[in-house]
Amino acid sequence: MTAAKAPARQPHPFQARPWGDRRLEVILGNLLRSGVLLSAAVVLSGACVYLSHHAHEPADYRIFRGEPSEFRTVAGIVHSVFNGRGRGLIQLGLLLLIATPIARVAFSIVGFGIERDRMYVGFTVIVLVILLYSLLGSGLRM
Amino acid sequence: MTILEFTAVVAIVSFVAGLLGSLTGLGGGVVLVPLLTLLFHVDIRYAIGASLVSVIATSSGAAAAYVKEGFSNIRIGMFLEIATTMGALLGAFLATRTPTSALAIIFGAVLLYSAYLSRKPRPLDQRNLPPDPLATRLRMNGSFPDLEGQRSYNVQHVPTGFSLMFGAGALSGMLGIGSGAVKVLAMDQAMRIPFKVSTTTSNFMIGVTAAASAGVYLSRGYVDPGLAMPVMLGVLAGSLFGTRILVKAETKSLRLVFSVVILVLGLQMLYKGFWGKI
Repeated sequence: MTAAKAPARQPHPFQARPWGDRRLEVILGNLLRSGVLLSAAVVLSGACVYLSHHAHEPADYRIFRGEPSEFRTVAGIVHSVFNGRGRGLIQLGLLLLIATPIARVAFSIVGFGIERDRMYVGFTVIVLVILLYSLLGSGLRM
Repeated sequence: MTILEFTAVVAIVSFVAGLLGSLTGLGGGVVLVPLLTLLFHVDIRYAIGASLVSVIATSSGAAAAYVKEGFSNIRIGMFLEIATTMGALLGAFLATRTPTSALAIIFGAVLLYSAYLSRKPRPLDQRNLPPDPLATRLRMNGSFPDLEGQRSYNVQHVPTGFSLMFGAGALSGMLGIGSGAVKVLAMDQAMRIPFKVSTTTSNFMIGVTAAASAGVYLSRGYVDPGLAMPVMLGVLAGSLFGTRILVKAETKSLRLVFSVVILVLGLQMLYKGFWGKI
């Protein structure tokens, strides 16, 4: 990938935005779609395992109990996947799904960096810090 | 109901919600939580967790298609995401401390507002507004392909839009929805961003915003795999299918039907919330 030479500095009446943005957006869009398809595939395979074991048990979500720790921490989820638990696999897929937009933000930092847009590198870092804080700071620890 | 039946029915309902949401542009997430709580008697906290996950899926799944059209403005999106992610964190923390009846009332109010908004004619796109100094400084002004070639636009009222997007993020984090309704207020009406640009840009933002609160929900045990699985897969399949057939579909009458559904669900949520039945 050749560095886009931030043509923001070459004013043109109909092209106020740098061209690099466009390519960055295409890459990010594809990144997001692959992330979603991957996580959907993991969720689907988890669903097969889960349903093959529990299909005929009664479903009840009327009362909120909160998930056990094996389904709400990264370590617990990974552990339950290795134990062949379908629901662990579903949660792993959902973790991947949550990670997809976060990866997009992280990748944008690189993109804005290539365009030498310091201001937007700064903004993107702020967003990334908020996202990581929510994932790691709120109790979802490794 | 057995788990197999429950999973199948929830997946079908989610598929229809995702399909209608993408065809009408009103988003499927907004009807999911009321449907899960009112029809399937799912605890609203599980419903919010599952809906939030599906919001990430639809937003990210549609992003590639939107990007090709060349409407979205990544700078506006990234700048406003500072507001929406902070709001989403606040919303998620508030949600864990808010009684479920209050959540239902807030949800009902948002649904009524969305129904009202969907019947209102879209404000005319700006033409030839003067550049705003702050928006220029933030390099937000841009252009997009139009019938008459590239059309440029100047973003207005950045601080107002930023504050409103904080509110949109808080609602999204609190209720597990994409908050399209508040986004219209902030980006279309306050910042005067052309409709196509604001719609595609906000789609990009919704996934990031939802990811900010999803971590909190997951770690608090609000995301149940057995429930989130059919919801996420159903909504994702429905919305992807919706974007495929969008060109051929007659969306005007669909929009009317869907907004009536939203209205009815909103009234139901308010009723259940005020009478403490949720």
